[in-house]
Amino acid sequence: MPEPEANTSASVSVSAGAGEKFYVRFTRAQRYMHAVLFTTFLGLAATGLPMRFSESFWARRFATGVGGFGSILFLHKFFAVVLTIAFLIHLKDIFQRAFINREKGIFWGPTSMVANWKDVKDIIGHMRWFLGLGPKPKFDRYAYWEKFDYWAVFWGMIVIGFSGYAMWFAPFFAHFLPGWALNAVLVIHSEEALLAVLFIFSIHFVNTHLRPDSFPMDMVIFTGVESEEEFKEKRAQEYQRNLGKGELEKKVGIAPPLWLLNFSKVVGFTAIFIGLTLLVLTLTAYFS
Amino acid sequence: MNEAARKNAILMIRSLALVAGLAVLALAPRNLRAQDCLTCHGDSSMTDSNGHSIFVDGKHFGDSIHGSLQCSNCHADIKGYPHPDKVAPVDCKTCHADQATQLSGSVHADSKEHPCTSCHGNAHEIFPKTDARSAVYPLNVPKTCGQCHNDNGMAGKHGLASVYPNYIDSIHGFALSKEGLLVAANCQSCHGSHHILSHTDPASPTYKSNIPQTCGNCHAKINDEYQAGVHGQAIAKGDLKAPVCSDCHTAHAILQPTESAFRMQSTPICGNCHKDKFSTYRDTFHSQLGSLGGYVETARCWDCHGAHDVRPTSDPTSPVNPANLIATCGRCHAGANASFVKYQPHANARDRKLNPGLYFVRLFMNLLLASVLTFFLLHTILWLIRSRYQQVKTKSDNGGKHA
Repeated sequence: MPEPEANTSASVSVSAGAGEKFYVRFTRAQRYMHAVLFTTFLGLAATGLPMRFSESFWARRFATGVGGFGSILFLHKFFAVVLTIAFLIHLKDIFQRAFINREKGIFWGPTSMVANWKDVKDIIGHMRWFLGLGPKPKFDRYAYWEKFDYWAVFWGMIVIGFSGYAMWFAPFFAHFLPGWALNAVLVIHSEEALLAVLFIFSIHFVNTHLRPDSFPMDMVIFTGVESEEEFKEKRAQEYQRNLGKGELEKKVGIAPPLWLLNFSKVVGFTAIFIGLTLLVLTLTAYFS
Repeated sequence: MNEAARKNAILMIRSLALVAGLAVLALAPRNLRAQDCLTCHGDSSMTDSNGHSIFVDGKHFGDSIHGSLQCSNCHADIKGYPHPDKVAPVDCKTCHADQATQLSGSVHADSKEHPCTSCHGNAHEIFPKTDARSAVYPLNVPKTCGQCHNDNGMAGKHGLASVYPNYIDSIHGFALSKEGLLVAANCQSCHGSHHILSHTDPASPTYKSNIPQTCGNCHAKINDEYQAGVHGQAIAKGDLKAPVCSDCHTAHAILQPTESAFRMQSTPICGNCHKDKFSTYRDTFHSQLGSLGGYVETARCWDCHGAHDVRPTSDPTSPVNPANLIATCGRCHAGANASFVKYQPHANARDRKLNPGLYFVRLFMNLLLASVLTFFLLHTILWLIRSRYQQVKTKSDNGGKHA
């Protein structure tokens, strides 16, 4: 949590950096989507983990805290439905952008989420850089680990979502699933969810927020904009490409207001704190 | 009243009593009547030479079951007045020979530790057991036994557990103490009264193989069901490993079976013997959700298998017989159909032969988990080290300050 002094210094730096340019990376809708995603994900993790590790010392206490097993399952389903709706809206958006608006570069090209040959080269180049064997690759709009994050969530939504609904409406799904599948969906649901929890609360947190380049938090997903310096550093290729095409000016946004920065910090750090707490609880339950 | 005045008063009363007594003796026939004894013993301040009260409440004695008897019927060695300082202890077996015989063969045989009065109360105020004033009136029995069988009670000195608190908080204890149900089981309903035997004695009603019959004295229908089930039949054949009532319900701390505390505690009890079934049950959602406590409605062992008349799956009347599964599962899962009931509530994802589909699904998921996490963990650690190195080398700030 930032100290009050830090706030004033931030306001000074914002006003001092008023000459600095800020570029838009995420639209308002994308930021809202991330907010819905992490809120429901935290809710699903907080209500799902006690069920997965129901014999651990904290599970029963936690379940009692939210009103016992009936409430915990109800809350889990509630968050699941909200997340499902968000996912469907996202699918609708992609469909609209690709097939109605005929937007180019959604499925292929430097701004696409779809993996391409450059990503393979980037993975190898990045690892070589880790080991001091080469220069740091110049990343484009979405780096390979960001694409992995996206597709991991995409795949996870389908796998966890489908297996979850199969358990919720088991007699209905039994009409077209073999008997043993009803056993398998719990294994799939809980293992995939465990992967998601471990991945998001350790790897995504560090890769995106806690690594030195972004420490303590990458604010761009909350404010939607990033400074020119950060843009150049983190996504050199995208910067250069836009500069070359003379389209950089189209991306210029406004400096984030102080209230938004502070609000984002409170929300972001709360999410990270809850996530890390759940990670510790998960690890204690898993290894005990 | 000070000590001197008290002594004076006692002396005066004794003198008066002596005079009165002599007068009575001079006038009356030889055999003593209760009324005569009460001349002295009816005085509540009267004590013997050791200072112990020798008071007998004439009214209560008259109301008691022995009220029509004369003192000398029990205090047989007192023939007249004055009587010796030391009188023989009253022997109840003179009249109650059957009970005395039973007692002498019981765990309470030591009459010094367990005189009749330890249960029946004040010797001069004994009431029939149907009388609410009796210490052995059904509603008073637990308290009476609890004098010794309680925390820090005498029974503890013999290494016996304190059972009174367990009993009094049990469904029987509540029925008795809160509702005042005379039919609610009290100590002697199960243990008997005079002829109480250790539960290790095959003649005892609390000996393992006798427990179903003992409980069945009240719970007759449950006992019939139990006898028809595999556990009852095993006990009847002499297999003492099979559970009886008290193995699942406990002996004294018996709970209402629909209570969540009971539902929580009982599944592991079945698991004591059915270890593999318990372990596979714990992998299921029934168990995962059920272990969270609260008012738990997920299926426990007996919800599917039946509680008292557990029968083999092959038995057509068993609720888990394939022919009955749709009805059994359908009790909770509305719309259960033939494909739905192919769900295996005891599937073992670690057993490739038994559940191949599940085995490979789990294997795939574990490999996915392990490979993704291993790769990214290494990736992230290397990245962190490299970034930090770069940061120190170029003395740059943390990136988060940029925006």
